[in-house]
Amino acid sequence: MWTLLQIELFKIFKRPRTYIAFVAIAAIVSLIQLALYLDGDTYMDFLMQSLGSFEVNGPIMNGYFVCYTILQTLLVHVPLLIALIGGDMIAGEANMGTLRLLISKPISRSTLLLSKFIATTIYTLLLLVWMSILSLGLSIAIFGTSDLAIFQSELFIQIPKSDVFWRYLAAFCFAALAMTTVAALSFFLSLFAENSIGPIVATMSIIIVFTILTTLGLPLFERINPYLFTSHMLGWKGFFNVQVDAENNVIQGSIDGVSSIFRSAIILFAHIMFFVGGGILIFRKKDVLS
Amino acid sequence: MAAIIKVDHLSKFFKDIRAVEDISFTVEEGDIYGFLGQNGAGKSTTIRMLLTLIEPTKGSIEIFGKNLKTNRKEILRLIGAVIERPDLYKYLTAYENLSIFSRMSGVRLSRKQLMDQLESVGLAARALHKVKTYSQGMKQRLGVAVALVHNPQLIILDEPTNGLDPQGIADVRNLILHLSRHQKKTIFVSSHLLNEIEMVANRMLILDKGKKMVEGNVRELFDPNRILVKVEIDNPEAIREKIKTTRWKDLIRESTNRHLLFQLNRQQIPELTRDLITMGASILAVQPRHSLEEYFLSLTTPNQHVDAFTN
Repeated sequence: MWTLLQIELFKIFKRPRTYIAFVAIAAIVSLIQLALYLDGDTYMDFLMQSLGSFEVNGPIMNGYFVCYTILQTLLVHVPLLIALIGGDMIAGEANMGTLRLLISKPISRSTLLLSKFIATTIYTLLLLVWMSILSLGLSIAIFGTSDLAIFQSELFIQIPKSDVFWRYLAAFCFAALAMTTVAALSFFLSLFAENSIGPIVATMSIIIVFTILTTLGLPLFERINPYLFTSHMLGWKGFFNVQVDAENNVIQGSIDGVSSIFRSAIILFAHIMFFVGGGILIFRKKDVLS
Repeated sequence: MAAIIKVDHLSKFFKDIRAVEDISFTVEEGDIYGFLGQNGAGKSTTIRMLLTLIEPTKGSIEIFGKNLKTNRKEILRLIGAVIERPDLYKYLTAYENLSIFSRMSGVRLSRKQLMDQLESVGLAARALHKVKTYSQGMKQRLGVAVALVHNPQLIILDEPTNGLDPQGIADVRNLILHLSRHQKKTIFVSSHLLNEIEMVANRMLILDKGKKMVEGNVRELFDPNRILVKVEIDNPEAIREKIKTTRWKDLIRESTNRHLLFQLNRQQIPELTRDLITMGASILAVQPRHSLEEYFLSLTTPNQHVDAFTN
């Protein structure tokens, strides 16, 4: 398994297309940081106008705030970058004609599939680490740190500086789980195609359709929404829902709705198990005709 | 000789398509076994079943005396294969491809050993170039190197000369003979070209529409006593009458328009020609053709079917 995993990672990181995602994330993050650095005040005024006038202590435009803004924008688009690799893992091999060579080697199909999925997951995690370095590390380096201000419709939450960093770590861990679910979906769809375009498009279509079902709010779909993975992908935001005391001060280290985050994590994990387990069952019996 | 491959009543159906139907054959140790058939005859489907890429609908496969289904990993460790096109990772170098597949086959070779393997197929000078820059012939040679990298006992080659120029075809043929004679490998090679199989194989099987048509020793199947000779004559009617009174009448297999088809041995060809001239025949052409070749051509061009071989 270890040898296979090494080989799969070697193949992933030898392909130029692998780096598209890293370059794309760097470009988006840099652009947002540049825009906020040059014209952050205008953006802040826009956010504050719905809240009326009140006094805020410390600079709102800081590294933590910039990171939150970037994550809100980016975590919607990252699935496409993940699907680029996940959708290619089996279908790409079938397209190149190398799948038949792999299967004719003395390796069990389950081990082969599992090593490919683990390699996809490692790629996904590295992408998120890269994203966290740029969006959190670089933002802190450029904008410094202060209390984190979050705007939620007509609500303004200010989390003390000392209580923010761990929330980001937890949020990135949750995002890793959500993105691994996307990777598992694209990986699963990759089993049924002989070129990678199909699984990539299918993954994005599923995400778009499910997201529309989630946001539509129609009663018919309300019943299935709790079971759709897209309803839980933004669960990372839950780590920034804080509890407040009687005087409306943030309780340090508190999370409002921990059980909801756990439930989301379990549902995402169940999806991963379903896609990978189902994939192995299908792949073990699949006729390789490519 | 021990049986290396034993296929027993093997069938593969894809919904209502019968790709392979009830074929049985045995490949013995040291054989170069030719697996012949036109495109779509079921050769690749059979090879895919031998390599566990697809599961048989019916029948069983034993390789090295063990059931393939229950001893898959153990058996595949002893097999090297080139399946149709030699597709490899185009964005990797030949050296990287060979290294990857050797490790997947369960052997870890040193840099020198890998380079030696590439040297043996004439690719050492291009070892560090990406495969996407290779010609078809170079890819084929690299495919062979990948198949041989773990020193397998059984080598399965599916149409190994497809897309190669004449020199490439000759190289593959020489390589097959070298592996058999000097390294004592058992080789299972498929082709749609009869002469290719005739030149390398000692045993062969002809497959048509998924069914086994002929199997046997190549030397026996290409028996010089089973040559079909097609004679084209300008005045056939008169000659037909005269032949009826000669010893050649029993050797006629077919008589159409200006053509007479005889089944002869090689020595009889000049005798027949002389006798026909004596009879006053205006001979336009004498075309000897091996009966197996005729038979195989009848499979590929059904309208010209000749029953001589099967009779």
